[in-house]
Amino acid sequence: MSPDKWLVLVGSGLTIGFIYWFFLGKKEEGQGGVVERAEIKVAGGYSPALVQVPAGKKVTLVFTRTDPTDCLEEIVFPDLKIKKTLPMNQPVEIEIKLDKPGECSWHCGMSMYHGKVIAI
Amino acid sequence: MSETVSFPVIGMHCASCATNIQRSLRKLPGVINAEVNYATEKAVVEREAGQADEESMSRAVEGLGYKAIFEKSGAAVDQVQRQKEAETARWLWKFVISGVAAGMVLWGSVPGVMETAPALLRDWGNQMILATTIQFVVGWDFYKSTLASIKNRAANMDTLIAIGTTVAYGYSVLVTLAPQVLAGTGIKPEPYFDTSVTIIALIVMGKWLEARARGKTSEAIKRLMGLAPKTAWVIRDGKEIETEIEKIVVGDKIRVRPGEKVPVDGVVITGETSIDESMVTGESIPVFKTKGDLVIGGTLNTSGALVMEAKKVGADTMLRQIIKLVEEAQASRAPIQKLVDVISGYFVPVVLMLAVATFGVWYAFGPQPAFLLAMLNMVAVLIIACPCALGLATPTALVVGTGLAAQKGILIKDAQALEVAHKVNHVVFDKTGTLTEGKPAVTDILPVTEFSISNSQFRLKRRASRANKSKIKNSNVQTRNILGVAGSLERNSEHPLARAIVEETEKQGVKLTEVMKFESLAGRGVIGEIAGAKYLLGNPDMWKEVPEGVAALENEGKTVVLVGTDEKALGIIAIADTVKETAREAISALQALGVEASMITGDNERTAAAVAKLLGMTRYFARVLPADKEKAIRKLQSEGKVVAMVGDGINDAPALSAADIGIAMASGTDVAMEAAGMTLVNRDLRTIALALKLSRSTLKTIKSNLFWAFAYNVILIPVAAGVLYPVFKLLMSPILASAAMATSSISVVGNSLLLKRTKLA
Repeated sequence: MSPDKWLVLVGSGLTIGFIYWFFLGKKEEGQGGVVERAEIKVAGGYSPALVQVPAGKKVTLVFTRTDPTDCLEEIVFPDLKIKKTLPMNQPVEIEIKLDKPGECSWHCGMSMYHGKVIAI
Repeated sequence: MSETVSFPVIGMHCASCATNIQRSLRKLPGVINAEVNYATEKAVVEREAGQADEESMSRAVEGLGYKAIFEKSGAAVDQVQRQKEAETARWLWKFVISGVAAGMVLWGSVPGVMETAPALLRDWGNQMILATTIQFVVGWDFYKSTLASIKNRAANMDTLIAIGTTVAYGYSVLVTLAPQVLAGTGIKPEPYFDTSVTIIALIVMGKWLEARARGKTSEAIKRLMGLAPKTAWVIRDGKEIETEIEKIVVGDKIRVRPGEKVPVDGVVITGETSIDESMVTGESIPVFKTKGDLVIGGTLNTSGALVMEAKKVGADTMLRQIIKLVEEAQASRAPIQKLVDVISGYFVPVVLMLAVATFGVWYAFGPQPAFLLAMLNMVAVLIIACPCALGLATPTALVVGTGLAAQKGILIKDAQALEVAHKVNHVVFDKTGTLTEGKPAVTDILPVTEFSISNSQFRLKRRASRANKSKIKNSNVQTRNILGVAGSLERNSEHPLARAIVEETEKQGVKLTEVMKFESLAGRGVIGEIAGAKYLLGNPDMWKEVPEGVAALENEGKTVVLVGTDEKALGIIAIADTVKETAREAISALQALGVEASMITGDNERTAAAVAKLLGMTRYFARVLPADKEKAIRKLQSEGKVVAMVGDGINDAPALSAADIGIAMASGTDVAMEAAGMTLVNRDLRTIALALKLSRSTLKTIKSNLFWAFAYNVILIPVAAGVLYPVFKLLMSPILASAAMATSSISVVGNSLLLKRTKLA
């Protein structure tokens, strides 16, 4: 094999490793601290994608979509049976209450992007 | 710039009120002019754009003691709807523009047709201008979404498209501007603008068609949301005022004219009419309503005018409860979806890795021109992968299925209920109130011997209809005498059996008479004198000799009472809870689906057996106390049956929860039954078979959608990567890949829409 082929093979391997690390090796970061109201930006995912809230209290999550992709136009909390349409650039408030400490996840309408609420 | 708004004002009682409001509105900052018309009860305000908002105008009007009404009803829904329509239209435009561009570039570059193209289109520079426009104008959304995703270390379908088209476009630009870089590689410098432009055009077309089809999946719920009228005629202080539906309060009197919709749930105070309830309950025959009857908001008054009193408003109305339940069901997670959720989280990164691997392998081990083939195959892999088909498989079928069910009067609690319902192979019915009317009625009247009291005694009431009269004339006069004596004796009793007898006399038009020396024998019967003769009515054991025929009636599960004198029973009256007309049909429909039916009741063995036989059921549970109904269900489950329990949702709640799925009959306008997985709004037993059928076909659709979505990706991604090349010399061009990708997600949505064609009758 010529050197350029070796180079491409090694480069491909490294790129695959990078893709794995970049997309699948990330750690979820919360917004830091327990909050009762969180503003969540919806663009290419959710930021923050992890919200810590107090258990047993009504909390408000405000989602604002600025990304035109239709993947993100719906938000679903399957465990709470909540499904909302997120119009572009319009904050949508979702009130939730988790009675006990634990996790509750949400995802986009096609389940490609995920986020979660952790009640503490 | 100025704009004009108009809104109704209520509470004005003279022309000077109008002048006052006018003056007050004109004082508001930003208002150029305001006119208030007393006759039409409307204000027209001309204001600077963005100034004098609704709230400040509302305050100004209310400060004077009147009310301004701004239309809010359904505004949020309308807005979402409008935005969706705008989005669909946007995709269409993008498709038209990119489609025309793709046509031009293809004409100028595909061998075989390019020879006929004008030189202008064959020019690489011109092709580059067209491609650049499409790449960054039409394709801008893909970049925007990709950049936003990368920031979050996430990726979606747009990422794949953006990267795929950028590779094809970037290479083409390089070849066009600096063909010398390829010198010595053996590759003929040739751009692939047709690839990048056509991919974008086809993907955009797919998005447009998909947006349109997805709009159709939620039609059912949109229709429900549009059912409630925006305004209603409320009678306040003797005056009819057109009022926004949100402003109606419990206790308001509302006039509903023929052709108008009932605004909220309530009770008829005056008037008689037929109401078409099909849109809410699925009941297809208009229902006659008169004073005291319940009317449901959103239903259509078809014949007479009526005045109703509002009993439930806002979120408490049946319609809003139904909408809430359907929305919740559509948001719930189907157990089958869990696997998809896991896969979709890894999908796009894995495709990106596969694309890079494709490039590496083709470059290192593929035939010449290696670089070109490696690049084109990598683009094909990126473009053909379709996470959307996976993502759409379950939700679209769920939305169509639950929406369709709601249209037929079946409310499904969540996706889980749907999944269980499709496995049900045994349905247990609660007898009283579910299979039967829940109210005893006279079924047989038999004379024992000659029963003659003065024959004119129990003549027909004058108001008995002609048809009834002839029927009764033909029947034995003695029957009338039995009924007359019994009815007269029982006319003041509240006992359910007594009510059944009195109701029968009313039905047959038998006139009742005065009873003297009335006496009640606790738990056994009654005694009284009619026209000087003493009569008894009660249990057969009040007489020494039980007449023939009693045992036979009791064997049919009926309660028997006798009428007679001290010495002798003269007539037999049999009373039973009558079976609903639809019950038999409902059960045979279930049996036709291969589902067994059984009955559970607190009645004695004999009654239960009789009713079960009448309905064609082979199995029943008799003498079951309400608390033990659960046990009967567990017994069936231990036999390996998947059990649905049908009950009224109030008394049967524990049994409904114990069953694999509870099916509750809605009572009144309450539809939210906690213990039930399904609620039948139309209270029609025949709908049960329909509900099971519908859940089967919805589940089938979900499964076939998931199968195709998986199969599509699992088969075509390797094909695009070139696995067929070593043996069959087969490669997939990126353009073909984009066509496959565009059709795959549409076909999933289309398959879900096919559910609407399920034969449900």
